[in-house]
Amino acid sequence: MEKTGSVAVFGAGIGGMQSALDLAEMGYKVYLVDSKPCIGGVMPQLDKTFPTNDCAMCILAPKLVDSGRHPNIEIITGTDIQKLEGTPGNFRILLNKKAGFVDEKKCTGCGDCVESCPVSVKSEHDEGIGARKAIYRRYPQAIPNLFSIDKRGIAPCRDKCPAHVNIQGYTALISIGEYKKAYELIRKYHPLPSVCGRICHHPCEAACNRKEIDEPVAINYLKRFVADYCAKNGLTSGEPVTAVAGNGKKVAVIGAGPAGLTAAKDLAEKGYGVTMFEREARPGGTLFTGIPGYRLDKEVLFKEAGIVLDHPNIEIKYGLNIGRDKTISELKSDGYAAVFIATGATVSRALNIPGIDLQGVLNGIEFLRTVNTGGNTRFDGCVVTVIGGGNVAIDCARAARRLGAAKVNIMCLESRREMPAYAWEIEEAIEEGVEIFNSRGPDAIIGEDGRVKSIKCVKCVSVYNLEGKFKPVFRKEEISNIATDDIIIAIGQTIDPTVLKGLEAINNGAHAIKADTLTLQTGIEWIFAGGDALSGPASAVEAVAAGHAAAESIARFIEGQDLRAGRDWKPEKVLELPDRPVKKEARKKMPALAPGQRVGGFMEFELGYDEETARAEAQRCLNCGVCSECLMCVEKCQREAVNHLMQPVTSEITAGAVVIATGFDKFNPSALDEYGYRKFDNVITSGEFERILSASGPFEGHLKRPSDLREPKKIAWIQCVGSRQARKQGNIYCSSVCCMYSIKEAVIAKEHTPGVDCHIYYMDIRAFGKDFDKYYERARDEYGVKFRRERVSLIDQVPGSDDLVLKYLDANGEVREEIYDLVVLSTGLIASGAGRLFADIAGLNLNRYGFIGADRFFREQTGKEGIYLCGTALAPRDIPETVASASAAAACASAFLREARNTLSVKKEYPPETDISGTEPRVGVFVCHCGINIGAVVDVPAVVAQTRKLPGVVYAEDNLYTCSQDTQEKIKALIKEHKLNRILVASCTPRTHESLFQNTLREAGLNPFLFEFIGIREQCSWVHIKDKKAATEKALELVAMGVARARLLMPFQRTSFPVLKKGLVIGGGISGLAAATSLAGQGFEVFLVEKEKDLGGNLRRAHYTLEGDDVQAMLSAMVARVKSNPAIKVFTDSELKDFSGYVGNYKSVIADRSMNREEIIEHGVIIVATGAREADTQEYLSGKSEKIISQRLLDERLAGGEKFNDVTMIQCVGSREKERPYCSRVCCQEAIKNALRIKTLNPDARVTVFYRDIRTYGFSEEYYQQARAAGVNFIRYDPDQDKPAVALDQEGFPVISYQNILLGRKDRLKTDLLVLSTGMDPQENKHLSSMLKVPLNKEGFFLEAHAKLRPLDFPAEGIYLCGTAHSPKTIAESLTQAAGAAARAVTLLSKDEIQSRGLTVQIKDRICSGCGVCVQACPFDAREIDPETGKARIIEVLCQGCGACATACPNAATQQMGFAKHQVYQMVEELV
Amino acid sequence: MEKKENDFEPKIIAFLCNWCTYAGADLAGTSRIQYPANIRIIRMMCSGSLDPTYVIKALLEGADGVLIGGCHPGDCHYLNGNLKARRRVAVMKSVFKNAGLEPERVWLRWISASEGGYFAETVREMVAHIKKLGPNPLKAEWAL
Repeated sequence: MEKTGSVAVFGAGIGGMQSALDLAEMGYKVYLVDSKPCIGGVMPQLDKTFPTNDCAMCILAPKLVDSGRHPNIEIITGTDIQKLEGTPGNFRILLNKKAGFVDEKKCTGCGDCVESCPVSVKSEHDEGIGARKAIYRRYPQAIPNLFSIDKRGIAPCRDKCPAHVNIQGYTALISIGEYKKAYELIRKYHPLPSVCGRICHHPCEAACNRKEIDEPVAINYLKRFVADYCAKNGLTSGEPVTAVAGNGKKVAVIGAGPAGLTAAKDLAEKGYGVTMFEREARPGGTLFTGIPGYRLDKEVLFKEAGIVLDHPNIEIKYGLNIGRDKTISELKSDGYAAVFIATGATVSRALNIPGIDLQGVLNGIEFLRTVNTGGNTRFDGCVVTVIGGGNVAIDCARAARRLGAAKVNIMCLESRREMPAYAWEIEEAIEEGVEIFNSRGPDAIIGEDGRVKSIKCVKCVSVYNLEGKFKPVFRKEEISNIATDDIIIAIGQTIDPTVLKGLEAINNGAHAIKADTLTLQTGIEWIFAGGDALSGPASAVEAVAAGHAAAESIARFIEGQDLRAGRDWKPEKVLELPDRPVKKEARKKMPALAPGQRVGGFMEFELGYDEETARAEAQRCLNCGVCSECLMCVEKCQREAVNHLMQPVTSEITAGAVVIATGFDKFNPSALDEYGYRKFDNVITSGEFERILSASGPFEGHLKRPSDLREPKKIAWIQCVGSRQARKQGNIYCSSVCCMYSIKEAVIAKEHTPGVDCHIYYMDIRAFGKDFDKYYERARDEYGVKFRRERVSLIDQVPGSDDLVLKYLDANGEVREEIYDLVVLSTGLIASGAGRLFADIAGLNLNRYGFIGADRFFREQTGKEGIYLCGTALAPRDIPETVASASAAAACASAFLREARNTLSVKKEYPPETDISGTEPRVGVFVCHCGINIGAVVDVPAVVAQTRKLPGVVYAEDNLYTCSQDTQEKIKALIKEHKLNRILVASCTPRTHESLFQNTLREAGLNPFLFEFIGIREQCSWVHIKDKKAATEKALELVAMGVARARLLMPFQRTSFPVLKKGLVIGGGISGLAAATSLAGQGFEVFLVEKEKDLGGNLRRAHYTLEGDDVQAMLSAMVARVKSNPAIKVFTDSELKDFSGYVGNYKSVIADRSMNREEIIEHGVIIVATGAREADTQEYLSGKSEKIISQRLLDERLAGGEKFNDVTMIQCVGSREKERPYCSRVCCQEAIKNALRIKTLNPDARVTVFYRDIRTYGFSEEYYQQARAAGVNFIRYDPDQDKPAVALDQEGFPVISYQNILLGRKDRLKTDLLVLSTGMDPQENKHLSSMLKVPLNKEGFFLEAHAKLRPLDFPAEGIYLCGTAHSPKTIAESLTQAAGAAARAVTLLSKDEIQSRGLTVQIKDRICSGCGVCVQACPFDAREIDPETGKARIIEVLCQGCGACATACPNAATQQMGFAKHQVYQMVEELV
Repeated sequence: MEKKENDFEPKIIAFLCNWCTYAGADLAGTSRIQYPANIRIIRMMCSGSLDPTYVIKALLEGADGVLIGGCHPGDCHYLNGNLKARRRVAVMKSVFKNAGLEPERVWLRWISASEGGYFAETVREMVAHIKKLGPNPLKAEWAL
């Protein structure tokens, strides 16, 4: 089967992007998949990068844009892998794209939605220090430039609300002062917000997650506030309701209580004609007759019910008693298609005890109805006793209290805890002086003269039986008496049975209706019942829920649909307490009348929140669901791109190979109690500190600490948090990057605030990379960062302040304390969840730390063909190593898919370009409103009108979104129609949209350089929001300037150069061999030049790696592979003698020393792999005794099986010194490898290692731990104070004098064998560097184009480097770089021709004097003086278009295209 | 005629490098950082391609100030264009001084792509400074 020419790259951090870009350039189609909503990974969060202090975003942004624009890269974000099937070469990959709730095709990234979103949560990009909205873009420069909505599930408040009101939604809206929107949102779910806000039993609050922190959010008070606010300010009426075109169907609703009103509203809005039958004279049902005015002001009720009843589809008949005046069956014959019984439970249960007929015994329901409908009842001076423990009983008691009763009692069967009334109501009743007699059953009412005198009670032992059924048990002998003048019976209520007259089929006999609990349909299919009428007495919100359910069922019934389908409320996920720190904040108190004032009348005693209190309380909401579904964004988005109903999408892609670039996760230090992370505000992680430092971070780059935003004066870094820890919560390995990033953070902190005191607590400073040690030393010596080799055992807060006290062990082992303003935990890198998931799906092995286990030499191999690996997915490492590794993985995939290259890559065809030479400029101008982003500030029509008057402008118009696809089509048509030959777009920014419009020009047959972009959003509307006039004026001038430039734009012609598809590799060590193998494997001819007689370089003398792998076996296999490969021509004992040409077309002369002959070869690229060499030293009597040898010799003797009894090693011999101010990176590993081997061969051997810092980074830390465990003695020395001194004693044995730091005294150590770790020197590279015109660094290693993102490139295209020619490194690291360099080379070799950037400068020969200043000025060697004409000329292929030559030219013979001098002058003229 | 400091709204022409400072100005926009509307940006490929005559032209035409923005040293997309700009601006200023122009009307700043806040701050500072200096005297001289 043929292989597929595409590669799926998982993870779009810097590694994934580099792999994708390399592969795309090599001619493969790439799917770049990331689970985040955008690409970029962790790097966009970083402030600066070490050791160059480059701005991370500055160097990353071009990569982001390149990835976003590359025609061969398809970016798939918000997507996880589900399945990997098929075979290597033809993988079928199932992807699951999470719903982002924003249509990616429609979203223009304008950000209008963000402004409207009420939900603020902690920003992941800002590591929780800054905030973002629920609809968001991770960071401003994100690619793709899209927004997405973060939805987590259903908040518990909404889940527990019987009507499932979107509580989080309206709370969020209240928090930002959008009261009308909040009110409207509640009314979608609940027709009576004001009523509910007063009397609801609010199960939402009981469910509120905030109760885990302090107290639940006062949801009910908020609802009341917003409803009252809107009522008071005339905001309750929305759009005037017009009758929905009547569908002719009529529904009868019996009872205008909450259930009836809800059903009527829903049905009316669906278009049904609703007739309500209410036996009272006013609406509200039990809300009217049952609830006293002190809890619910009747006017509030009537007003709100009135809004429902105002609907033109609703008619209400008051005073009509169904069952008595008219039966339900008659309604059917009146033409009602369905009937909803919502009459409530209006009849009191009877109490059958002696004396019940005495005067003074009242029925509770009747009593309340009388009171509430304005009847006259008084209890002046009497004692009133209420029998019953439910809410009605409480209402009766409290009402009686207000009607002049001298004393009010409640007696009930239940204990206080069991009482069915709401706890807060009981509390309030007691506050008002009501006395409660619990656990008493009424046995008889004792009367005198036919009037009540007292109640005889017996003790009630239990109310419910074991099954929970009402089955009271009394102890008859325990009798008590309550003296009373009046008795109110409130022991429950039922439906009025007269309603059901003639409908025995649905009457269950026990005073209740039979109906389905889900559909509310009764046995008679057109009759539905709900609310208290069905359930017995319950809450208003439950009645509302029943009303919704009934309306839904009735509509389905009338339309003949299934009544049950999809009706269950089964949220996918009910959310728990969000995992983020929350500050405690008490719930706001409801202002209320004092109990003494309350009982004076029936006025409402709760007074409601004021606006300020309400907003503050609303802000207590934790936004559990993140998105609150308030739908503000839907309204705001003019592109109609927001879709809250979007579902996840599953799709399948086919890829020939896979690259795993899933990166790392950050260690979470919460588990380490001693550091107080999350407990103390000013203990933060290094990731958080990066955001604090970042100019685009939450504090705009001002150094502040979180607790009080004060500038810290003293900061501590604690190293190895989660790394180098043998404990359960940490990892044994070293995270490799923390030392350097901490030093960088300290340096940058010092740059921000020069006086800040920075202390780094560390074990070893591991500055092992290229130029790292110099950075470390500069931090210490120039910046004054203090390095403290001390172990922090505890962080605590200074009592009464936000400062922190560090407890640490000093060098003498004593516990000391020091106070800091801010502590930064240098947290390590851990294996990513995404990587583990991928390994699981693809069946890959993980190492013991959870990283994807790879081949120990060729680390980008996963052990599965076609699946490769890179970056921190395989081990913790820094950015350049990740980039090199990403290129290496691309090389592996490219070699595997070699024959399928260019089968799926896109080459877009454009129509031939229109020749515009000799034509007058005809400029078309398109000015964008960007929704309201520009239009709301800049007067866009005025800009267009003015622009039309400018010379050269033949067409100008405004667009709502100039970037939308339909506008592109329009622009193309207009170009043809008006023969436009220059286009100007005034909209957002060229950085995101220039290539889009240039592409439109090309599609219309115009040269893409005939385009001008003016940023009036970023430069006018967004930065001068308040000054519309100035913003418009500025926009006018900028557009005029743009037109001036556009008139003079000329097409760029790109030229193409053929590429010689051969590579030259210089150096036949392991790096050169690997680079040559990789190039050949990818299908290209290679010349490999080695100066020695044999291939293999330094490794010919190496035997084992630290991990115990056999170096010679690996090396000889490599050599054999190279020698046997017909595509590789090997030159040994040879060197590069001469070199000429330019990228893609080089000519080299190879001189073979032994054969004494020269050969000329032609090739397209060069890879420099000249390696390094063991450093020479004279120190420590090196070479003076056979008892003093190098690590390499020791390795050789150990490989021969020699045993040793006593060996001493000295590290950093000649390294990290003045003459060699760098760490040689491998010596610590080498020493530990040999030490372990000595111990293996002779466990009793004494091995001592003198060291400065042990730099066993990454997983090699494990071997350091092993060595310590095996008894190897590590003695630290400080080179500035007490470097060890070596002498030979009389017998010739080396004796080392040293300072014993632990004991604080001088010691001497005699040893059998002294081994010196001497480090690496660069080769003599000067000659090669000047021949190739590539730079060296100070120490003589080759200098890459960019330390972070172009580690394998030289500034000159077509020349690459790898291995120890770059800097000291291990075998595996060299192999990675070698493959990576090959990949970089193949991005060129795979092309038949390379295109110049375009003719970016023009030279007028007539004026050129051939002075050569431009040759000096060009940083890319793209200028030369033609020896024949004596005039300057451009090597187009090398030109990068900076314009330095044009500016340097003393007589303006050179002009930069697009920036010709007269062009810029005209632009300036337009502006001034 | 003496104009009051507050009435005078200077006009500042900015020549910004495409890679760093222009991107910084962009970020000021996306971050909605407000700054005075007195500045007009001309995007250059590199601060190193700034011809001194552009600055002279702007001042002669009556611009009250010129801001040149480039990458921080070491960050130049074209290796060392910003250093060339620095040398040129230094020379320019000394020439201006001798020619009776006011060198403090010309500002050179290193502003990176992530320094949106710093860009806005620079504009604010420069506008305030130029307001203090008053209008470009050349404007008056050339007025007929």
